[in-house]
Amino acid sequence: MADMRTPLNKVRGLGSAKEGADHFWRQRMTALANVPLTIFFVVTLISLWGKDYAAVTSYLGSPVVGIVMLALVVSAMVHMRLGMQTIIEDYVHSEGIKVLCLMLNTFFVILVGLSCVYAIVKLSLGA
Amino acid sequence: MASAKTVDKRPLSPHLQIYKPMLTTLMSITHRITGAALYVGTLLVAWWLFAAATGPEYFDFVSGIANSKFGRFVIFLYTWALLHHMLGGIRHFIWDTGRGFELPTVELLARATIIGSLTLTFVVWAIAYAVRGAF
Repeated sequence: MADMRTPLNKVRGLGSAKEGADHFWRQRMTALANVPLTIFFVVTLISLWGKDYAAVTSYLGSPVVGIVMLALVVSAMVHMRLGMQTIIEDYVHSEGIKVLCLMLNTFFVILVGLSCVYAIVKLSLGA
Repeated sequence: MASAKTVDKRPLSPHLQIYKPMLTTLMSITHRITGAALYVGTLLVAWWLFAAATGPEYFDFVSGIANSKFGRFVIFLYTWALLHHMLGGIRHFIWDTGRGFELPTVELLARATIIGSLTLTFVVWAIAYAVRGAF
């Protein structure tokens, strides 16, 4: 027998998904942080372009640059995970593949993020 | 989940291809595409940092690729995507305050985003070449 209930009717009374504005707020917070961090990153790239290994490693290994680079990596990773999550939820309609994509999204972000953190910490401690 | 039958029989609202393409539409999709491109682009940043942390020989190898014509082209596109996505985000911040929803303002912001991102990208690259002294 066909289910005549609408999706809205099924979820009414079940309470919220307990997330509320969390996604939106984290997305905006990291976006705000990314503005100065991105400018810093672009300036860093300009100043390091064409420099040799010793110059690049000593610059990236200096404390202030290291800390700001770590902040950039963390903020960017959180931001891009949220963004890709939205893209997946918009375009992947099959429930199973969607969940798989969301998991891969998280794994990708953590792997790339940790690689960057590893490199920055290693440079800071004198690679 | 809703059973597919009840959902499928409902009329669908007109989708993208029905509407006339506009600059604001283009800026919206470009924001998403640059975001997705930057997502993949972080692999390049991670690779570069990893190379710097690995050692001089591997760093020179990666530097060589980055400095090739193709490498520069990719980094140029990356710079544009980064700056375009940043300006697009600032546009969203303006909207978040509840301002700038009048049609002329929306149109102006769309123009400012694309002109601004292209200008900034060329300025950044001009400075980069000037600092490096390798015109």
